[in-house]
Amino acid sequence: MAAKGLKVGLSRDGIQTASETVYDALVDAVETGRYDGIQAYATLIAERSAPARVTPDRVLEGFLRLREVLSRHLTASYRDMAKLTKVLDIYVPVADRILCIVASALVEEREKVVRQQQEAIRELSTPALRVRDRLLILPIIGVLDTHRARQLTEQLLYAIRANRARVVIMDITGVASVDSKVANHLVQTVEAAQLLGATVLVTGISPEAAQTLVAIGVDLSRLRTVCDLQGGLEEADRLLGLKATTT
Amino acid sequence: MRVPILKQGDYLIASVQDSLADADLLQLSENLLTQVGLFHSRGVIVDVTALDVMDSFACRALRSLASAIRFRGAETVIVGIQPEVAFAMVQLGLDLAGIRTALDVEEGLELLGNGKDG
Repeated sequence: MAAKGLKVGLSRDGIQTASETVYDALVDAVETGRYDGIQAYATLIAERSAPARVTPDRVLEGFLRLREVLSRHLTASYRDMAKLTKVLDIYVPVADRILCIVASALVEEREKVVRQQQEAIRELSTPALRVRDRLLILPIIGVLDTHRARQLTEQLLYAIRANRARVVIMDITGVASVDSKVANHLVQTVEAAQLLGATVLVTGISPEAAQTLVAIGVDLSRLRTVCDLQGGLEEADRLLGLKATTT
Repeated sequence: MRVPILKQGDYLIASVQDSLADADLLQLSENLLTQVGLFHSRGVIVDVTALDVMDSFACRALRSLASAIRFRGAETVIVGIQPEVAFAMVQLGLDLAGIRTALDVEEGLELLGNGKDG
């Protein structure tokens, strides 16, 4: 049974233990109607499968094999048809339920990883960089949704106060798509920064973005825009009363 | 609560120390307008560092204060708006259009100085 069972990159002993654990959990579930054991084990497998590069379908395949092996074993053990039907009636729902639990544990694990990564990306992707005295650069990369725009604005405002910034260059070259919602977020961020006495220059609006904004009729008259980051830096230097240097 | 108004050279500095009732704001406007004439001030700085709330009435009062002071021949700068306050104002759609803002009193004085010289 074990040899035919789980072939998910485990050693022979590993297969033996895994099969036994699942079997014990199965017996437990049949006897008590509780699935705690298999739930815990499924979570464990899900956690281990990702770093070990075992794909979910292989894990599930292992469980399906095990299910099949056990049901064959039952069929072989009970010659009496009526008895066999009864046993299978009990066995099949439990086995299905276990498969369900394992599948959702795998999905849950994947979602956990995705959530962690999203969090990491969010934190990494909103830095306010100080380039010169009183000049901050805020490169925005990726998707600008409501949550992120809010976080971005907050971070920018605190950075303005901490650095006593007078000019902020907001570079949106890396923003994937610019629509009315994004434009609205940008305007809000800019206005908030202006309340703190900082001038905001928006740079890096791509030709497509510019056309989109005009087409949907977004009023960006309250924003100061410069073509690219270089132009933004020159303009910022001018605003700060420094002499621009050309290299 | 009364807001003290300090004279600093050509400028007046009104430092708001506590959250203001609507009546106090109106009183402040009146006092500032009188004193601008009295001292021939060129600029007024309203310091709101201590405020943790700015509602629509306060914004409107400040806007009309600024316009009135402009009629009296002086510039108004609002300084010291806290990040949280700025964020809340933007979320609520309040703005101080037409009024200049600065980070703190020092910046405000510099802004007024530059504006006149340049």
